[in-house]
Amino acid sequence: MFIQTHILDGKYLDSVKLMLISKELRKLSGVTEAVAITATVENKDILEATGMLTAEFQNATPGAIYIAVHADLADDAKQAINTAMDWIEHGIPGEHRANSQKTARSLSGALDALPEAKLALISVAGKYAAREAMKALEAGLHVMLFSDNVSLEQELSLKQYAVTNGLLMMGPDCGTAIIDGVPLAFANVVRSGKIGMVSAAGTGLQAVSSEIHNLGGGISQAFGTGGRDGKAEIGGLMLLQCLDYLIQDNDTEVIVLIAKLPHQGVIDQLLKRIQKTTKPVVINFLKQCSLPEYPNLYVTESLTQTAVQAYKLWKADATATPPELKAETTLPMPTSPLRKYLRGLYSGGTLCFEAQGLFAAATGITCESNAPIDAANTMADVWHSSGHSIIDVGADEFTVGRPHPMIDYSLRLKMLEAEAQHKDVAVLLFDVVLGYGAHSAPHLELIPVLKQIKRDTCIVMIASVIGTDLDPQNRMEVVTALRDAGAVVCTGNAEAVALAATVINYVSRNSQ
Amino acid sequence: MKDFSDLKVVNIGLESFAQDLVKQGVPAIQVKWSPPAAVPSAALDRITASQDVIDIANRKVIDIIQAGAPVLLGLDIALKVIPGMHSKLILHAGPPITWERMCGPMRGAIMGALIYEGLAPDADAAEALAASGEIEYSPCHEHNAVGPMAGIISASMPVFIVQNESSGNYAYCTQNEGLGKVLRYGAFSPEVVSKLKWMQDSLYPILDKAIRSLGKIDLKSLIAQALHMGDEVHNRNRAGTSLLIRQLAPAILRTSDSMEESAKALEFINGNDHFFLNLSMPAAKCILDAAAGIEHSSILTCMARNGTDFGIRLSGTGNEWFTGKALVPDALYFPGYTKDDANPDIGDSAITESVGWGGFAIAAAPAIVQFVGGNAADALSYTQQMYEISASEHQNYQIPALDFRGTPLGIDVVKVINNNLTPFIDTGVAHKNPGIGQVGAGVVSAPIEPFIKAFEKFAHIL
Repeated sequence: MFIQTHILDGKYLDSVKLMLISKELRKLSGVTEAVAITATVENKDILEATGMLTAEFQNATPGAIYIAVHADLADDAKQAINTAMDWIEHGIPGEHRANSQKTARSLSGALDALPEAKLALISVAGKYAAREAMKALEAGLHVMLFSDNVSLEQELSLKQYAVTNGLLMMGPDCGTAIIDGVPLAFANVVRSGKIGMVSAAGTGLQAVSSEIHNLGGGISQAFGTGGRDGKAEIGGLMLLQCLDYLIQDNDTEVIVLIAKLPHQGVIDQLLKRIQKTTKPVVINFLKQCSLPEYPNLYVTESLTQTAVQAYKLWKADATATPPELKAETTLPMPTSPLRKYLRGLYSGGTLCFEAQGLFAAATGITCESNAPIDAANTMADVWHSSGHSIIDVGADEFTVGRPHPMIDYSLRLKMLEAEAQHKDVAVLLFDVVLGYGAHSAPHLELIPVLKQIKRDTCIVMIASVIGTDLDPQNRMEVVTALRDAGAVVCTGNAEAVALAATVINYVSRNSQ
Repeated sequence: MKDFSDLKVVNIGLESFAQDLVKQGVPAIQVKWSPPAAVPSAALDRITASQDVIDIANRKVIDIIQAGAPVLLGLDIALKVIPGMHSKLILHAGPPITWERMCGPMRGAIMGALIYEGLAPDADAAEALAASGEIEYSPCHEHNAVGPMAGIISASMPVFIVQNESSGNYAYCTQNEGLGKVLRYGAFSPEVVSKLKWMQDSLYPILDKAIRSLGKIDLKSLIAQALHMGDEVHNRNRAGTSLLIRQLAPAILRTSDSMEESAKALEFINGNDHFFLNLSMPAAKCILDAAAGIEHSSILTCMARNGTDFGIRLSGTGNEWFTGKALVPDALYFPGYTKDDANPDIGDSAITESVGWGGFAIAAAPAIVQFVGGNAADALSYTQQMYEISASEHQNYQIPALDFRGTPLGIDVVKVINNNLTPFIDTGVAHKNPGIGQVGAGVVSAPIEPFIKAFEKFAHIL
């Protein structure tokens, strides 16, 4: 039997706490008896009774903490004393530490309250965003940076740090992602499954993940990278890191890669990785492009096709396209020969971009836009359209001092009303994006305006509703309500654009 | 890539994102974010780049504060023990200030002190002398001393001697006069002066003998216990005062010549819940003085107010004061008084917050949160917010309601600036006119201005 003692001077601990420490010390291996107690005259008797009283105690300063351990082996006794010192300084492990805090004032305060946090979702003003993001990365957190107005230099250094440290740095200007089944910021609720996505195009990710779900498939991870990741300056750091992850990931069988045509150097890097894996990869670069033919590489032309292709690759026996994808049999046509033009009003930037390309392919007509696929077709005045136009209402010029059109429909409602006043407008094309982050009942905003246009004009209104039945909004209710209000409703952008093209082709034939 | 399964999220910015996550059952915490205080971004970048060096220096300061071991050794006359004290020197609370810029309560207290010292026969003569230039004024803080409210110390006043046993340095503070018409609130009537005389002639020798017979009184342990008993040792000192009486009473009985004077002394202490404040303050002072002058440390060594200016000092910038306008506290006022009657924040008692008690430990003192118009949960929240501007946590001073978590230790000016969050101070409120006394109690957030100045200077010399 060994007895080891220790005196800790100038330290106050509540007697109950010391009793708890004594109790835990007795549980340590090799320890037969242990005590941590304040050196007072009263406590002397207690020690005497338990046979733990030593000469050291008699000499201890009154008020000091006295620790004594009986153990079979000297090492065990010493170890127990060290453990006791550690517990006195830092608390007993597993001890509950209260923190009723629901909000914190800083990242470090938040980590104090939620130490197991793994990701920081940052949406502070752009001026401060990079600093906050770097703090989060340095704290070992993955980052989703919703904020924009972050410089390319800042983006590069954030992403370099993230890649070096094996962290996600999604963004800046990343509006959507689904990580570990959790929709973040603007994202749809989809079932979990075997299709993994990485996208530098926000609404592209939303549209494809929703359509995969609607087809019956599911998503393993859907990473956003922010729109500039494919640029030469950033070098596709996050696209490549996420692609690598999906290639390695056991829960991912099929990979979807979406980006506005990246820099050639980035494409080469992506292809190198794709060539090395056996997993099928479906690419949509939102532009016609020639990519080499690899057995596992599938290039698609529309977001809907991307979803269908990925779904079919996952479920080899997939048969018919689901009923929702079939065009409505009764497509109304404008009755006035004066009505010739398409006016598109989008809240989703990727959808707007895609619509221009698909419309041009179907009609041979290039639309004007504030976010054109070709700079030559930039609108002179975003507030006054003439001819065919497809506008991104979510672009900066519309969102300064105003919420995004996915949240606040007022601006688009005004623009729809204004377009309906023009006698030469044949088709109004718009998207309704559902999911977290978006307006909780967009149909209630749209119905009165759509009904009014239906009553007063013969304009064909075509809407694409992007979302799933699991979204917080009731998708079927939204679709039905819009149809009842007189709109043609599709659940994919490609179909909506195809219908719009059909109408425009019809009116141009008739006017010739 | 680093694991992200079982995702838990920190949300910094739009609150709806966090609400959406919580709706889905995903654990998420919202950061009530605000942009950093208005400092040049070059200074911010400089600090960020030097964070490693600052951390090392702050570690040293944290260790010194952690080790601080204040003990009460006895009392003596200010002239004999306070460094630099002389018969024409008046020490005052807060950063340096001239007679012209002093607030009413401080002027009143100085006039009272001059009468007490016999340097002036009456109020008019005292005022003329105070303004004459013949009297020297200096902050208590620059003489190893602290004083509550006006904080006036003159040469013949008895002062407590508190020593930090771990570093050997001393701190001094007068005996607390109690409430009502008292010098520290600027009262100078004959009854005020006669009470001071009694404290000098009777209370001081009784206490001094008693304390010396005990050898010393361990303030570190006393304060830790008081925090467990509902004090935060700034605005509530009921437990601390009671614990002190338990130690003093037998010693007074053994050492005093007069039973009646002993009883009066104990009655006086018993009738003044704030008696212990004048011990918690020098305890804090000697702990923090030991941590002064550590190069590259961004931790505060004091916050102090003179009723006109709010001043702070940083360990890494030595003795330099950084000041801003003192604010009027949000307070619960005694019947008949309003915020219009209140003097801006005054006193060295914010030394308690500086060390991690007072407003930083208000979660330990739910009984006084009514002063801040709040409930017990607010008290927890005040303390929890203070962790965000502090460098560490005390091992010795703990808060039962936070499951014995240590109180926040070491106010870090870098965190104050980054979070744009200044320290909470819970404090008594003086009437703006001399001689009226305390009109309320409440909380005040320190002004940001001194922190901005300190941050910029700190960044500059880094």
